[in-house]
Amino acid sequence: MFSILRSIWLTFLHIFHKTETVEYPEVKPYLAPRYRGRIVLTRDADKNERCVACYLCAAACPVDCISLQAAEDESGRRYPEFFRINFSRCIFCGFCEEACPTYAIQLIPDFEMAEYDRQNMVYEKKHLLISGEGKYPGYNFYKNAGVDMGVKGKGTGENEEMPVDVKGIMP
Amino acid sequence: MKILLIIAGVLLIALSIAAGLIWVERRLLALWQDRLGPNRVGPFGVAQVIADTVKLLFKEDWVPPFSDKPVFIMAPGILMITILLTFAVLPFGPNFYVFDSNIGILFFLGNSSLGVYSIVLGGWASNNKYALIGAMRASAQMLTYEVFMGLSLMGVVMMADSFSFCTIVEAQKGGWFIIPQFFGFVVFFIAGIAETHRLPFDIPEAEGELIAGYHSEYSGFKFGMFFVGEYLGITLISAIIATLFFGGWLGPSFLPPVFWFLLKTFFFIGLFILLRASLPRPRYDQLMKLGWKVLFPLALINLIVTGAVLIFLK
Repeated sequence: MFSILRSIWLTFLHIFHKTETVEYPEVKPYLAPRYRGRIVLTRDADKNERCVACYLCAAACPVDCISLQAAEDESGRRYPEFFRINFSRCIFCGFCEEACPTYAIQLIPDFEMAEYDRQNMVYEKKHLLISGEGKYPGYNFYKNAGVDMGVKGKGTGENEEMPVDVKGIMP
Repeated sequence: MKILLIIAGVLLIALSIAAGLIWVERRLLALWQDRLGPNRVGPFGVAQVIADTVKLLFKEDWVPPFSDKPVFIMAPGILMITILLTFAVLPFGPNFYVFDSNIGILFFLGNSSLGVYSIVLGGWASNNKYALIGAMRASAQMLTYEVFMGLSLMGVVMMADSFSFCTIVEAQKGGWFIIPQFFGFVVFFIAGIAETHRLPFDIPEAEGELIAGYHSEYSGFKFGMFFVGEYLGITLISAIIATLFFGGWLGPSFLPPVFWFLLKTFFFIGLFILLRASLPRPRYDQLMKLGWKVLFPLALINLIVTGAVLIFLK
């Protein structure tokens, strides 16, 4: 009996509490830097595409919303010929970002991507590609990788030693 | 001519309060749950009522092919008619009532008993298991609470020596009946919640268990009638509590009597909504036990003690 009256009174006191509602279109909610929203393709510091079209993102995607086609330029560097994300399927899980070996594909804090036409939810490479470096400034995959793609010589990269001479006899 | 104006005025007040309550309830509930509630349509969201009405009017008014069609269509009307008729005997002000019936309280109790038909017939005609279970629960609950709803008012009737609402209000000039009839008020208030099947006693609807209970199959304007009927019921019970226990239109003369009446009514409407915000729904058998084992004896004791005191004082 007393507890019923007490809970009525305590509920009444909530009229003086601050409301939790964020009035969305006027007041934007704070989105953390690592918020998983719209997907972008980033470039490295030299404005070259980071993506090497390894298909790992497409393989990791649980809803198969990423499709791409690999191609090679004249120097033998791989790049995606087309890169297509169907955002009407995308569940923003971030697995593609985790799978990406080159930090090319990244999820950014933006979710306002509603469309009237379903077809407009399919983003092509020109829509996805941004001119910046995203969350990992200064990172260049080829400066860390073993292969020589005209960026650095073999074994001269950061945190990298010259390859072992397998035919040598020195310890 | 004057009577027609009064009828129009009473209908206007009752229906606009009931419709406005849709918005008031959502805003108040939201505040008590630390939200904002509808605030987009019009100033403070007041026009939400109009938007909801337009939506209900233009929805498909589907009559299930497996239902008992005449009864199905008639049921929501009965609810509206029985509740609106009771407003006729309520005095909104000293000279602001449709007619001063000398059996006003009996008229109200009779009409609220007839209101059970609307829900039972609606649930029965729907030919739907959940609707039928809801209607069954509603009939048991409302018949149970009807019994001591009437008994709890008899103390007031004895003190005012009349069944007429106008005479009862006049009799409270010396002091509101809430003080001598406190237990009558408590029993009537709880019975009133059960009678309008509002939360926490919304067992006939119980959306967690019965989808929407007796109005599961209703859509469009017929659902709107049940919906507004529920708010009309809240308004009616609040107005009757204000009239019988809190002096109706009586109040300091710096404000018109109608204003005092509406102020008291709105206080109880707010209390109804607060109960919805704060209390969980009891189990069905708990509700019945509370009714028969606590409230019914309480109403009887209140009746006997009031009678004894009145004879002793005479």
